[in-house]
Amino acid sequence: MKKIEVKEVDFYYGKFHALKHISMEVEQNDVVAFIGPSGCGKSTFLRLFNRMNDLIPGSRLTGQVLIDGRDIYAPGVEIDRLRKEVGMVFQRPNPFPKSIFDNVAYGLRVNGIRDKSFIAHRVEEALKGAALWNEVKDKLKASAFALSGGQQQRLCIARAMAVSPSVLLMDEPASALDPISTAKIEELIRELKKEVTIIIVTHNMQQAARVSDRTAFFYMGEMVECGETKMIFTNPSKEATQNYITGRFG
Amino acid sequence: MRKLFEKIVQWVLTGSGFVTSIVILLIIGFLFTEGAGLFRGRVIEEGYVLALNKENPVSRLTAEQIKGVFDEDIANWKEVGGPDLPIETFRLEDVDRYFSEEELGPQYERAGEAIVGWVEEHPGAIAFVPRVMIPEEADLHYIEDRTISPAEVFAGAEWFPTATPAPLFGMLPLLAGTLWVSLFAILFALPFGLSVAIYMSEVASERMRSILKPVIELLNGIPSVVYGFFGLIVIVPLLQQGFDLPVGESGLAGSIVLAIMALPTMITVAEDAMRSCPRSLREASLALGATRWQTIYRVVIPASMSGITSGVVLGIGRAVGETMAVLMVTGNAAVIPTSILEPLRTIPATIAAELGEAPAGGSHYQALFLLGVILFFITLVINMSVEYISSKNK
Ligand SMILES: Nc1ncnc2c1ncn2[C@@H]1O[C@H](COP(=O)(O)OP(=O)(O)O)[C@@H](O)[C@H]1O
Ligand SMILES: [Mg+2]
Repeated sequence: MKKIEVKEVDFYYGKFHALKHISMEVEQNDVVAFIGPSGCGKSTFLRLFNRMNDLIPGSRLTGQVLIDGRDIYAPGVEIDRLRKEVGMVFQRPNPFPKSIFDNVAYGLRVNGIRDKSFIAHRVEEALKGAALWNEVKDKLKASAFALSGGQQQRLCIARAMAVSPSVLLMDEPASALDPISTAKIEELIRELKKEVTIIIVTHNMQQAARVSDRTAFFYMGEMVECGETKMIFTNPSKEATQNYITGRFG
Repeated sequence: MRKLFEKIVQWVLTGSGFVTSIVILLIIGFLFTEGAGLFRGRVIEEGYVLALNKENPVSRLTAEQIKGVFDEDIANWKEVGGPDLPIETFRLEDVDRYFSEEELGPQYERAGEAIVGWVEEHPGAIAFVPRVMIPEEADLHYIEDRTISPAEVFAGAEWFPTATPAPLFGMLPLLAGTLWVSLFAILFALPFGLSVAIYMSEVASERMRSILKPVIELLNGIPSVVYGFFGLIVIVPLLQQGFDLPVGESGLAGSIVLAIMALPTMITVAEDAMRSCPRSLREASLALGATRWQTIYRVVIPASMSGITSGVVLGIGRAVGETMAVLMVTGNAAVIPTSILEPLRTIPATIAAELGEAPAGGSHYQALFLLGVILFFITLVINMSVEYISSKNK
């Protein structure tokens, strides 16, 4: 069974047809990169997987999105359970105005976990998993805002990983960071893929080529093509993809 | 030409800034000098003396004791440290009851002698008379006059600014009244204001909000006398019936009216603070599986705490300084309140009600200015705490 299956999805912001008839599949523990010019619907598509678009009034979806074979838009699906299963990292680091520890523990606490030693254990694991533990282990009580931008983003990754999701969505996670922090995030993605299935939006094609197994190219709300990253970058089947990756537009 | 114009504009701006600062400083300076004048004033009314029989050893009385003596609450000299003698008081107003017209003379020219004679005959006598009426050769004993001390003003429990021979300027009842009313106003306004702020910022639909917000802001523009009127007509009778009180005008009525008046500020400032909590933080919380309510109380409220506190403190500021509405509904009894259901009196209400009657430059007048200074300090502290709170969480 595929980890994720998207079947003939159309998505609307009011009257605006933002995603047009998209179908795709994602294998367990793959890293899938979404590329395409800005405004083509990458973020919109990504946010379908944890139903973040539900917050937007007037938005509407047709078609099916299955995770582990279950339709996440079916009636009766508990959205908070879904979001625990499908974590998300945003474009700009967005730590809470709380301590480093409380940031990572947040997801556990809102999911009703009270056991202090378990929380402490998970926080440590998550910070280690995000390659941040050595930098912050002596100042867990310090405010998250005291960290650098790159550290904050890794903190956000740790925060998302602390609740043990099986899918991690990343929306241009390195676009606000310097090259060194970016490299760290990319390395992290290669590590994390052992545990989770990752979908990453990026406007940086080298990044897509470096970290992903498969790549999907979006254009004007359509998924033009989706295939193995190597194929997409060396021998795309569509002309639009060819034009985009060779930098002729976008 | 343009250069000149810009220069002029610059002068005008500098000038207005300068003038404004000077005016503010002048007002504060004025308050302080007038207020401080109280402590140069004398306990006994200007130009009068308190004359005793020369056998009576008492020579010091506090203002409160003087009032007690003349109100006949104190009936014996031993209560104020003198001999065991009943006190007999004499006020100039009573002169006709003590002496016949012959004794006084047609123009009262012999009144002085008559009074002196009376005091000399009565060992327990105390007479409140103008100094000029007493002949120089009279052999009497006088109560020492002194300046009003800060202790009896700031720690005094009785406010009788028009009492004779010695007015009492104890400000505790007014201070207590102000604090009680404000405290209860906050107690009422806080839960209500916060709930409305949360509702408006987090729950209400955009449509609902676009109706509610202007309505609440409108409340801010209603003159306070209208609130007072509403309080008098609606709240006061309700309280009187509800609690079975002799009078409905009470601290509670004042607090309720003030709470209503403080709400708009509290709501608008707190709501603005919560709405300015970044969308990215809410999304981060939701994306971790938090429910909407968990997001509100674990992220939105803590993140906008400084703004919420500012709103609350600004609301309090309004309550503390409010005059008219409180004056109308609190009953204005200058006693230290023991219960919020009793009438009480606040500092602003006192100033507004009494300044018109206080003779300019007199002790009463200066005491009212001193109250103004106290009020100024209370609001100063409130404003500084707002500054502090909102700068801290930046
Ligand atoms: N909340 C929204 N309401 C209406 N239109 C939106 C909203 N969010 C995005 N869009 C529109 O949907 C299209 C796709 O946006 P997005 O998914 O953010 O693109 P990308 O992430 O590829 O840059 C854009 O044309 C954008 O203007
Ligand atoms: Mg985007």
